[in-house]
Amino acid sequence: MRAWLRQHRQALLLALKKISLLNAAVIGIALALPAGGYALLESLRPAGARLALEPRISLFLEPQLRRTDAEALGKRLRADRRIGAVRFVPREEALKEMSSVQGLAEVIGALGRNPLPDAFVVTSKENIADELAKLPGVSHVQADAVWARRLAAAAAVFELGLALLAALLGAGLVAVTFNTIRLQILTQRDEIEVSKLIGATDAFIGRPFYYLGLLQGVAGGALALGVVALALALLNREVGVLAESYGSAFRFAFLPAAEALAVLLGAGLLGWLGAQLSVNRHLRAIEPR
Amino acid sequence: MVSFSAVAKRYPGGQEALRDVSFALEPGELAFLTGRSGAGKSTLLKLIPAIERPSAGSVLVNGQNVGALKRAAIPYLRRNIGLVFQDQKLLYDRSVYDNVMLPLAFSAHPPKEAARRARAALDKVNLLGREKANPIQLSGGEQQRVAIARAVVNRPTLLVADEPTANLDAESAARILDIFVEFNRVGVTVLIATHDLQLVARYGKRALRLEGGRIA
Repeated sequence: MRAWLRQHRQALLLALKKISLLNAAVIGIALALPAGGYALLESLRPAGARLALEPRISLFLEPQLRRTDAEALGKRLRADRRIGAVRFVPREEALKEMSSVQGLAEVIGALGRNPLPDAFVVTSKENIADELAKLPGVSHVQADAVWARRLAAAAAVFELGLALLAALLGAGLVAVTFNTIRLQILTQRDEIEVSKLIGATDAFIGRPFYYLGLLQGVAGGALALGVVALALALLNREVGVLAESYGSAFRFAFLPAAEALAVLLGAGLLGWLGAQLSVNRHLRAIEPR
Repeated sequence: MVSFSAVAKRYPGGQEALRDVSFALEPGELAFLTGRSGAGKSTLLKLIPAIERPSAGSVLVNGQNVGALKRAAIPYLRRNIGLVFQDQKLLYDRSVYDNVMLPLAFSAHPPKEAARRARAALDKVNLLGREKANPIQLSGGEQQRVAIARAVVNRPTLLVADEPTANLDAESAARILDIFVEFNRVGVTVLIATHDLQLVARYGKRALRLEGGRIA
């Protein structure tokens, strides 16, 4: 067991010496693209949710409707399977929400009384607005379906594009590692031949190369995260100015910890895969003659 | 220790390097394998550590049928055989000491024990003073002694040497052979291929003569 650990430590040290910064940089820059895109998308998502990516329907109730009747209506809406979330917005809350929007507080103050009705906000992927308008107690229905669907579709396209980009660059990472390891194996041809002659197993000979692929991938992933962090910091300086002019504190956020970790592990895994493929293919070709 | 029975080796293309070779090497024996260049000496030696596989017949090493060994089992066979080549096959990107340490990298010896063994092996070939040198700085005879130290550092029971004295002057060659005789004296089975019959005659040991791929 101790001998085994010692061998792994030696292989790891050998691999550490052979990491090429240039290769790690290539991997890092390539991975920064999808990782950065993902960070942007995730940052926009909370804002987008406020704008309802899931088509939303607002049901404005008749102004005289009693709360008990409204509650009965709410029950009915919640029981409908086509409807996702149901949120009751009392007229007081609606007023408060409206007052918090810049510039509107004075307008509302000038009205003297609350002009807003109670309302339900429901989400549904189906086109049921007309049907909802016929429910008792509902005076008016507003569906933002078209606009929301467009936004949702655009987000889906962006997401799919990112996934494709990530897959492509991931394949690139495997290829880069494959080639790095191939060159390493070729330059160490004599050493490998001698190792085989004196009884080294393929696993022993391949180990430093597996570590090299893994470490190079992780190093590339770390570099990618660094590039993303730097790019977001630069962007946020300008975004901050823009957002403040809208009275918003919006900033692009760095990848959540779990996703950042996934970038590191994923890059390492792909590097290891590239090394594995390369070692399988090239190590066997070197046999003592 | 080593036993060949009716071994033949044909290379792709039909060239027949060995034909109906049978002999046995007893444990603790030292034997020479003689013959001209091209007689099949190297091919015969390569069958022992499974660098080549026989086309027919069987090669037994320590009772193991080497020709039928699975690929994954070959390293473990080779750990028990010390191999010495005409061209030494040393690594010139590291010191003499590191070259000798190579076979210990995948043995289970703790580092201290490994270092002790490497020094002991270098001591036996009289190169303890040159351990920090690069092999390129050594003479041909010294390089061959490094190769021997590397071959014996894991204390194999069998030593196989292919023309270990071919490129050496008479004095260095005799020194190399003396080292093999030393190892044989402590119980290691040794098989040495050489075309130098004069040298062989001096030791009065058994000599297998290969001629045209057959034992003559």
